[in-house]
Amino acid sequence: MQDILILSFVFLVAGVIAVPIATRLGLGSVLGYLIAGIVISPLLGAFGVNVVSLQHFAEFGVVMMLFLVGLELEPKMLWQMRHRLVGLGGLQVALSTGVVMAAALALGQPWTVALAIGLVLSLSSTAIVLQTLQEKGLMKSDGGQGSFSVLLAQDIAVIPMLALVPLLAMPELIEALSHAADHVGDGHGGGDHGESFDFMGQFAAWQQALITVGAVGVVVVGGSVLTRPLFRFVAVTRLRELFTATALMIVIGIAALMTIVGLSPALGTFLAGVVLANSEYRHELESDIDPFKGLLLGLFFMTVGAGINFGLLGENLGSIIALTLALLLAKGAVLYFLGWMFKINGADRWLLTLGMAQAGEFAFVLLSFTVASAVIPKAIADQILLVVALSMLLTPALFILFDRVVAPRFAAGGDQDPDEIEHKGSVIIAGHGRFGGVINRMLRNSGHTTVVLDFSSAQLEMLRTFGFRAYFGDATRPDLLHTAGIQDAAMLVVAIDDREQITELVHYCTTNYPHVKIVARAMNRDHVYELYAAGCREIIRDTFDSSVRAGRSALQALGMHPYDAELFTRSFVNDDRTALVALAGLYDPDIPSAENEPYVEKAKELMAEQERALKGEKNSFHSRLDRGWTPPNIGEIEAENAS
Amino acid sequence: MARVLVYYAHPGARYSRVNTRMAKAAEQIDDITFVDLYARYPRQVIDADAEQQLLRDHDVIVFQFPLFWYSTPSIIKEWQDLVLEQGFAYGKGGTELAGKTMMLAISAAGPEDAYTEAGYQHFSLRTFLTPLEQTARLCKMRFATPYVLYAALKAEEDTQIASHVDGYRRILTALRDDTLDLDAIEAAAPVLTCSSSLIPGDT
Repeated sequence: MQDILILSFVFLVAGVIAVPIATRLGLGSVLGYLIAGIVISPLLGAFGVNVVSLQHFAEFGVVMMLFLVGLELEPKMLWQMRHRLVGLGGLQVALSTGVVMAAALALGQPWTVALAIGLVLSLSSTAIVLQTLQEKGLMKSDGGQGSFSVLLAQDIAVIPMLALVPLLAMPELIEALSHAADHVGDGHGGGDHGESFDFMGQFAAWQQALITVGAVGVVVVGGSVLTRPLFRFVAVTRLRELFTATALMIVIGIAALMTIVGLSPALGTFLAGVVLANSEYRHELESDIDPFKGLLLGLFFMTVGAGINFGLLGENLGSIIALTLALLLAKGAVLYFLGWMFKINGADRWLLTLGMAQAGEFAFVLLSFTVASAVIPKAIADQILLVVALSMLLTPALFILFDRVVAPRFAAGGDQDPDEIEHKGSVIIAGHGRFGGVINRMLRNSGHTTVVLDFSSAQLEMLRTFGFRAYFGDATRPDLLHTAGIQDAAMLVVAIDDREQITELVHYCTTNYPHVKIVARAMNRDHVYELYAAGCREIIRDTFDSSVRAGRSALQALGMHPYDAELFTRSFVNDDRTALVALAGLYDPDIPSAENEPYVEKAKELMAEQERALKGEKNSFHSRLDRGWTPPNIGEIEAENAS
Repeated sequence: MARVLVYYAHPGARYSRVNTRMAKAAEQIDDITFVDLYARYPRQVIDADAEQQLLRDHDVIVFQFPLFWYSTPSIIKEWQDLVLEQGFAYGKGGTELAGKTMMLAISAAGPEDAYTEAGYQHFSLRTFLTPLEQTARLCKMRFATPYVLYAALKAEEDTQIASHVDGYRRILTALRDDTLDLDAIEAAAPVLTCSSSLIPGDT
């Protein structure tokens, strides 16, 4: 227990110190984590931590990340990507494998080892690339989309690779392995796959296929059918942690299912994410999973940094660096060629080339698997491990190269398509009750994109039936606001009905997102002052307008001419507004208005004054209700003409 | 029988001595349509479709209003802007009002002699009404001689106003019954007043 606490503390300290520094220096969070990992690696050694097993645990961050990526990607978009997925992604894996294999053959490896190395190194790092693309806001660019297609294809390609690798086993290695069986596979990722193969092993091939298809079906159907009732069931409690637990349950459950049937858990959760991309619980799921993903990925990057065997690196420094550079060059060349072939142009092609040239975390998994399956000798695998880690370590540097050198050059050309950001310029409506609902309808009818957040399942399902896009969640939570896109939103409409929460939300938004316009609902006059103090300038008292209209109807029903009733109402609203402004300076949030003497005094004075004005003075034709045409006085005109 | 529509417009109805009484009289005549524009549109948001249909359904359109700044109260201008659309009232296909009659019933604060070149209003009342007259012409409507009360603010309740209101009632009734000789009235004088013998009496 003590060890776990100390160990967690060490990781957290390293991350908390290194990442802000790296970000400030413009290096990006990934490099920060990697450096933090390198710095703490002696400490981890002293604690006797198994960095590799920790890394496999942290890889779950990748699974979560793909779930989140899936949430952002509707099935329709995935279908539009299919050509790139198969063509661009498939060719990248095949060509990279071929090039690396050829190089390995040239270096004197037998073809089985060369092929295995090719497969291992053809994959790129989903964790680093996606994290960096998201951080830089490049996900929706052409290069980002291309990178994502390739990563997804690689993820799919891992499955046949895992099936293929054991077939490459070398007899003399199997023998060597059986002697040293105790040392290999303990806690390594290969062990996991071994287990899953055991489960599937008891079935015939056609049964296996059936089970696999069935598992995918469970994810797709379960995701679309079961999530809603599940969340509705949980929503009753209104406990935030229960939502987090539910979200984690879904992700971990799917990952477990996929592992059992021998599919990639990342792929499974990605699929579940896509299925849920249209769900009203999307933003809730996103904000629940996101912190876990972030922490696990951070841990993962640190283990990559910590996992570098500096002893081995020192011994083979020249050759490892040469191999790493050669790998980056070879994969980069393949990517550049494919970018040309698939018409990814300009800066985007360079983004693909530089961003995806490294080897990835799947290489770690595959390497331990190849060693366990007696395909690659341990000594070679250790060196490849270094190449993989080093290539990952260099990736942030390549991204910096892209940022500083490539992007500015192409930006000057001005032929770049603007990035498409889904929620950009949209309006977030917090609360879709009787107040927010009307606002939503008005904004949508006039062509604005709205993102509706509400805490009532029933309300949301009603909205869904009418074809609106609405999401479940508590809008006062900063993380949910963030996933709803507050940073890119044009406006926030605060239409929830809890006074304190409204003020809190307005305050949070004016402080953190001063560029977002806010229209807020106020419960009464004092609340108006509160919201004004919180920085909001469009404040609407929620029942004032309807009360005024009801008053006008009452006057009309009592026999007042409709136009007179209208004029009276206008005048009343004007007076109220005057009083609102006049009393603002006397309002004291710490004293209830009724006990605030100067406030009460001034209010009384205003009321009396307004009553006098409304009743009109002697010459009622000129009271302020009736400003308008008065015929000229003949006597005055004649007097003027005479003078 | 002609279908008569009366549009009444007075933003300060409760201070009116002449127009309110005229409006009450008009309302009480059977088989004519009476519309208080400021009551129907207190927010001055006019439903052009409904108004156009109302115009289609009538043959004689009477505007009753006090003269403000040598023109109509603002709601009638707004009504004109929105209801008399191209393609409805004028222009290509705009023949919906063709053949109908427009008549004005106006109260003016100035005395009759003010509306002369020597008077302080400098122009004749008909000159001030030419925009409306031309409006009627563009819409292929007949612009009937306006029914006028001069010096309306100084008019005696029991005598002048009462007979003006009664003349108004008789005009509307005669318009409804097709017994008003518009040609003779037009030939007689530029404006029609309650003393005219061309307004039929009660039968």
